[in-house]
Amino acid sequence: MLLDSRAPSGPIEKLWDQARFEMKLVNPANKRKHTIIVVGSGLAGASAAATLGELGYNVKCFCFQDSPRRAHSIAAQGGINAAKNYHGDGDSVFRLFYDTLKGGDFRSREPNVYRLAQISVDIIDQCVAQGVPFAREYGGTLANRSFGGAQVSRTFYARGQTGQQLLLGAYQALERQVDSGHVQMFPRTEMLDLVVVDGHARGIVTRNLVTGRIESHAADSVVLATGGYGNVYFLSTNAKGSNCTAIWRAYKHGAAFANPCFTQIHPTCIPVSGEYQSKLTLMSESLRNDGRIWVPKKAKDKRPPNQIPEDERDYYLERRYPSFGNLVPRDVASRNAKAVCDEGRGVGETGLGVYLDFSDAIRQFGVDLVRERYGNLFEMYQRITDEDPYKVPMRIYPAMHYAMGGLWVDYFLMSTIPGLFVTGEANFSDHGANRLGASALMQGLSDGYFVLPYTVGDYIAGTKLEKIDASHSAFTRAEAGVTELTARLLGIQGRRTVDWFHRRLGKIMWDDCGMSRTAAGLESAISQIRELREEYWKDVKVAGSADDLNQSLEKAGRVADFFELGELMCLDALHRKESCGGHFREEYQTADGEAQRNDEEFSYVAAWEYKGADQAPVLHKEPLTFEYVHPSQRSYK
Amino acid sequence: MSVVSAGVAPFYSSTVGKKAVMAVSGCVLFLFVLGHLAGNLQIYEGPEKLDNYSRLLHSMPALLWGARITLLVMVALHIWSSIQLAVRNYEARPTGYVRKKAAGSSYASRTMYWSGPIILAFVIYHLLDFTFGTVNPAFQVGNVYANVVASFQLPLVSGFYILAMVLLCMHLYHGLWSMFQSLGFHRATTLKRGAAVVAILIAAGNISIPVSVMAGLVK
Amino acid sequence: MKLILHVWRQKNPAQAGRMVRYEANDVNPDMSMVELLDVVNEELILKSEEPIAFEHDCREGICGSCGFMINGIAHGPEAATTVCQLSMRHFKDGDELYIEPWRAKAFPIIKDLVVDRSAFDRIIEAGGYISVPTGSAPDGNVILVPKDASDRAMDAAACIGCGACVAACPNASAALFTGAKIAHLGLLPQGQPERHQRALSMVRQFNAEQFGSCTNIGECEAVCPKEIKLEVIARMNRDFIHASLS
Repeated sequence: MLLDSRAPSGPIEKLWDQARFEMKLVNPANKRKHTIIVVGSGLAGASAAATLGELGYNVKCFCFQDSPRRAHSIAAQGGINAAKNYHGDGDSVFRLFYDTLKGGDFRSREPNVYRLAQISVDIIDQCVAQGVPFAREYGGTLANRSFGGAQVSRTFYARGQTGQQLLLGAYQALERQVDSGHVQMFPRTEMLDLVVVDGHARGIVTRNLVTGRIESHAADSVVLATGGYGNVYFLSTNAKGSNCTAIWRAYKHGAAFANPCFTQIHPTCIPVSGEYQSKLTLMSESLRNDGRIWVPKKAKDKRPPNQIPEDERDYYLERRYPSFGNLVPRDVASRNAKAVCDEGRGVGETGLGVYLDFSDAIRQFGVDLVRERYGNLFEMYQRITDEDPYKVPMRIYPAMHYAMGGLWVDYFLMSTIPGLFVTGEANFSDHGANRLGASALMQGLSDGYFVLPYTVGDYIAGTKLEKIDASHSAFTRAEAGVTELTARLLGIQGRRTVDWFHRRLGKIMWDDCGMSRTAAGLESAISQIRELREEYWKDVKVAGSADDLNQSLEKAGRVADFFELGELMCLDALHRKESCGGHFREEYQTADGEAQRNDEEFSYVAAWEYKGADQAPVLHKEPLTFEYVHPSQRSYK
Repeated sequence: MSVVSAGVAPFYSSTVGKKAVMAVSGCVLFLFVLGHLAGNLQIYEGPEKLDNYSRLLHSMPALLWGARITLLVMVALHIWSSIQLAVRNYEARPTGYVRKKAAGSSYASRTMYWSGPIILAFVIYHLLDFTFGTVNPAFQVGNVYANVVASFQLPLVSGFYILAMVLLCMHLYHGLWSMFQSLGFHRATTLKRGAAVVAILIAAGNISIPVSVMAGLVK
Repeated sequence: MKLILHVWRQKNPAQAGRMVRYEANDVNPDMSMVELLDVVNEELILKSEEPIAFEHDCREGICGSCGFMINGIAHGPEAATTVCQLSMRHFKDGDELYIEPWRAKAFPIIKDLVVDRSAFDRIIEAGGYISVPTGSAPDGNVILVPKDASDRAMDAAACIGCGACVAACPNASAALFTGAKIAHLGLLPQGQPERHQRALSMVRQFNAEQFGSCTNIGECEAVCPKEIKLEVIARMNRDFIHASLS
């Protein structure tokens, strides 16, 4: 397998212009003759479907939710970055590029990241024009805040609901195309297989989640915008329905899976409270702008926080990272929280939590200002925990949040299967080994509005495709496979529910392939996952039937894929004998406990190729070269 | 966006249009209630004043009939729109809830479909009593004061009148602020307070008459 | 603690449904309402019974997937809270909970507590957007938006499309939902060119979907998890009347 990034060469600021100029164009009159399938309707999917529809292609867009507006992009709170430099505080396209590349611990591709930074400014313009109600200054100009440790104010936001507003903007653009007849929407429809004909992605097989009907859809190109795979950990900040099935089936058809072990643990989530817990709730990172993080100095100190005197508190981030303090990047903040809890200094009943304290901010700025900035987050916290953050420090703990890994794509966002494009969180993308705050929304919309519409056109214009429809034998075969898998899951009728298995898989992943990893832990995780998976196929119990709405069956198929993905993640984590970004191997750390990268040996994208159910996947490497930003040890001291 | 034509027919066929019609007709009826109250209150200035006022109105038949026809049209529009909306609303939920609780609406707002018809029944009785005299054995054409006193001395008549005024008060309370809302003006708190004050004053003013008659203050 | 649940079970739109009684023992007060249903479902699956179908996704009150009636109130007794964030500490040991799906002709039942809310998508499709082709936008700061207008637009735009307003309305009206989008876009300068046509198209679609009319009683406002105000309905009315009669 050849991993050719197809990135043009030349001065980096000209690459995207040059690439766009060199791309072939589809005759406007012919566009409607080409069908493009877009799977997923989040920021990346909805924006792509809307724009492709607007260009005149015949677009079919699929989502498993009842409406495209429910995709999990909607839950993003904090904001979206753009190098507008509206504040004249020293921001620029190059600085955003630099920050993103460095934040990703030098494990992403320079040309992609530069393009992302360039496009970031167009995204804001587009969203404003769509009516996204971004926060404004009194003069009517757009407001910004600094976010996630950035030294400049480049984050645009709509209260604590930026993701919601951006998604609704994209959703509305999508519905506009539905109205105009260019996009056909298939809600409550889940993609269960990819169909590849003569080496090209030519369609998908889906299950109608209401009727259970298995259907085929043929196309000239398939776009996967199906989000991340954080739910492999069972507990995560992802939506319950978020899953890896679409990308996993593509992987099995030959799309390389890149950097699966690069997952992001978000530091500010509400801690787990009990066994029944079904998901973790994120509190916006913006809380770290004014909240101070601490734990008691003594281990097992069970006093209520307000009774612990100042000199017995350890503001460990401020102590260890004097220049960034509480605003260190997510991976650093998460790892440090885990470290103090491992020392027995964690707070709350479970001991898995640290305090995020606003008492100083309230003293300094007054309760009104704190309420204005964080009121809705405080309310949410209180609703869930029944504690009042104005009086008692919040308790937070890291939780699985985002997958930097995903299907490998080239500069044109095309996977190793020609005609299969992957966008947003589903691809391995631009964030390297760690994503900066407010960058996911930027990437999803950049891919969907501004990159894909060009690159899909280039592919279609430059590829001679045989005319086929859903009666082609490849579709019939895929349908049979999907039907058989469904029957198999329903036929086991064992003694354990899908969730029972999923929780156990999640625990293995969290313990051994979570915030810190070791060779021994990962090896043990691989064998535990294999055992559990074997048990799954013997003992899982799925209720109901295949021919109506069956949420238990939907889950069963997704968890089956999570088992396989979990194993690949561990394999990838095991092979990457270095610490970088979200991937922290305990064996590879500096004397003071910071991540120790190994650029000599691991400055590459690890792309795994599927070789069959009983065979080990094969590792391919795309070397990363850095012309503009010299890799350095990340330091937030 | 496909272009949707504007105009009166599509306007009236829409729910928003019908509510606007209800608001405008309701507003005219409210103005009548207000004027009617002003007329009624002259009873406290003695028979001569009230009867003269009645004669004054009857001396301008064009105006009187103009007003009467306008009011009838408004009543018809108000009722017809409300029936059409009620049918539509009934059909919008074919299967009801096993349990349903009100979470934020006022009693007055939920009972408009009851207070409306009862008020209508009262208005008809009221006309038969004081305008046509059909149900008032002591009725004398032109002697408004005497007719009022005669009727209100009967506790049943006064009772029905007071009940109708209480319902009118509720109907007006919701109707008055709702009228602004339906026409696109929204000042919820101010309008609701204002509506409550006006509705109570109107009802109190009207109720004071049978009470005064029964208490013997107006004879 | 222990709770008694009476849940609407209906296999499909064609078959009749009924309330079925379940006992939930060992309810943790920190659980959310949907986590309680998870626990009940786990037991049902192990007993080879069909689990209760209910919609949920983000479980943090923003996607709008979840929602059902609890004891006659949409999303249950807590204000500004979706069922996925409704914690069990608001109930007492031994409480009985009547759980029913949203009911409206425009929201046909699919199964148990799952209803079809695609009518909302069609209302947006009719005109709930600003027609701006990708790439044609001027610089974001060219369009100045007064802070007040932007804040009020955001209040309206916070709608999550859950359908509680329809469920709570005695007339099953979608006025709050439709009004929220008309208000959001109509408050912004970007939304002005299509403002009147938008009101005409969206109201027509809202009527075509067989929702009832608004009688301004405010049940929707009381149950809205995002606290959208009746003011948005007044804005819809104003824009529609203006568009119709001018």
